[in-house]
Amino acid sequence: MTGPLDLEHLSFTCGAHLLINRALRALPPGGQLRIIGTDPALGVHLRAWCRSTGHGFAVDPADGFQVERGQVEQQRWAGAQRAGGPNPDGIVRRPPAHWGLAARGALVQAGGPPAFFDLDDRDVVWADLAPRLYAHAAARQWDPATAVDWATATELPTEIETAVVQVMTYLVENEQAALVIPARLLARIHPHFREVQQLLAVQAADEARHIEIFTRRALLHGAQMGTSSVGGRASLTTLLAEPDFSLASFLLSVLGEGSFLALLAFLDHHAPDLVTRQVTQLARIDEARHVAFGMAHLEHQAALDPALRGRLRAAIQRRHDALLHTAGLNADVLDALTILAAGQWTPTAIARGHHAVQQLQHAMDQGRQQRLTRLGFPPDEAAELSALHTRNFM
Amino acid sequence: MTESALVMGAVAYDPKVVTIWEGFRRWLRAAKLPFDFVLYSHYERQVEDLVTGRIDAAWNSPLAWLRAQRLAAACGRSVRCAAMRDTDQNLTSVVVVRADSDCTSLPDLKGRVVAVGAVDSPQATLIPLSHLRAAGLRPGQDVTVRRFDVGVGLHGDHIGGERAAARALAAGGVDAACMIDANHLLFSQEGILPAAASKILAQTPPYDHCNMTVVDTAPDQLADRFINLLRSMSYDDPEVRPLLDLEGLRAWRPGRTTGYALLDTAVKDSGFYDAAGAVTDPEYLP
Repeated sequence: MTGPLDLEHLSFTCGAHLLINRALRALPPGGQLRIIGTDPALGVHLRAWCRSTGHGFAVDPADGFQVERGQVEQQRWAGAQRAGGPNPDGIVRRPPAHWGLAARGALVQAGGPPAFFDLDDRDVVWADLAPRLYAHAAARQWDPATAVDWATATELPTEIETAVVQVMTYLVENEQAALVIPARLLARIHPHFREVQQLLAVQAADEARHIEIFTRRALLHGAQMGTSSVGGRASLTTLLAEPDFSLASFLLSVLGEGSFLALLAFLDHHAPDLVTRQVTQLARIDEARHVAFGMAHLEHQAALDPALRGRLRAAIQRRHDALLHTAGLNADVLDALTILAAGQWTPTAIARGHHAVQQLQHAMDQGRQQRLTRLGFPPDEAAELSALHTRNFM
Repeated sequence: MTESALVMGAVAYDPKVVTIWEGFRRWLRAAKLPFDFVLYSHYERQVEDLVTGRIDAAWNSPLAWLRAQRLAAACGRSVRCAAMRDTDQNLTSVVVVRADSDCTSLPDLKGRVVAVGAVDSPQATLIPLSHLRAAGLRPGQDVTVRRFDVGVGLHGDHIGGERAAARALAAGGVDAACMIDANHLLFSQEGILPAAASKILAQTPPYDHCNMTVVDTAPDQLADRFINLLRSMSYDDPEVRPLLDLEGLRAWRPGRTTGYALLDTAVKDSGFYDAAGAVTDPEYLP
């Protein structure tokens, strides 16, 4: 027998259950708690509350009420387990589906509906670099309204401006794909791997901002966007069709965004105005992080799964075959890049621009080969696979 | 022909009833009990079908239990109260007035208007009015009864009548309102009856509520297994726990008939059913 617990004027409509629960928790099941109080409805409400919470109730002949602690609370948490640990070293290999949206490390009540996150294998989604990359990404977020000196915009010769608009239109189209793909993947990842979700969420948010600044640059001096070709869209659509997390990450981040790093460096170098230079620089920093995660994830996986390289090779070949009969890069884009690198309409300048674009394609190819080699492909195979990459760059 | 099974009736007072009994059915069948359920739109037909053997068991309101007993006795059959929820035991009802009311005890309600639930609600109408009668107040004569007939035929399972009575009290349309203790707590928490704006004038003695009634024509083995399986459902079990939570219990208890005397008196005094179980209240049209 313990008590009495004096609730004074406190009623059940003002939180009396908190004091009662606290006192009951100190008792073993079957333990008795005497409760007194001055709320006129206390007896009525205590009786109803005890019934619904599985505690025994009796009117104390002397004064007040007797509550016998029931077992419901312990029963409710029988079989509960910790959803791993809160830090990355507490990650488990295969988190159960019923952990669902629970915070990692939370005490998870047994039962409940399974949540359908099909990417639920640490070896498929995890990269040890993810927490650091996420922290880096979160720290490097920028505001499109202030990160670019929009006010410094200067008018360019019409045909140069048209080339800029065409390139920006092309960039937006590619960034749309780069937004949708991580967004789709992150919704399939078990929340237990939250750093990967967070990283992909920031990646999608990065692309959202890229879409904004590229669009804004395109419309800086005019009201019309450039062209979108069937070939370009066909190339990007094959990326959307890849359901496998590793393969999608490989095609998008390692090969596509990897090639884009070279393109953005090219635009930085040949930008005819400050705003164009700034938007490409901002995007390039973010894209480098996306490529880094793709690489880290695949390096992690390649170390665990010797069959991975075979699947990566097959994915490149499949995509190449699917795009064999398409035009690849929008011709307007290729011309626009040449014009930007030329800067003038003299034969010498155009030849210079053409050469620069060839160098760009060479640089893209070299970058792809380097990354493929890092993933363990022999140099000759890396060269062969890089050559099969889409002509659309992304 | 479908397999022979233990067939239980339940009243569909809410869409969740389908979820509840589908869940129980799945669990019972997984435990190898051939079990089916049928849903009724009100308790009277369920009880009649139970006594004629069309169903083997019925998840009955306390009022339905009393009628099942009467009907069975009248035709030489018997029914038993086989199980009940832990939460079906020791309920009380309260008579509530506004805080500024000059009433301090039940006799003060003489000449006043008392709000109750549906005509067939044990907890919000029959038992409280019987409690008034015991205090010398004849409903309809010494007090005016304002009935809130929501879900007639559902024996008070629908909360709407009690809620409407509480609202009428708060709005000043009646002098007192009757409800089950748990709903007084609920309405206080919801703000329909703020603690400072109402006071409890009287509380009935404890009584019991629903039970699983089994008729003597039910196949004994199946009926026993059914009740034993119910009794074995443990709140420890994460598969079972959501079912028990939905049906509002923590454990099934052995059925007991000691908690129905108050309602039995109320039924007799109000002439709700006759001794043979016929519906004799002319205002009750389920």
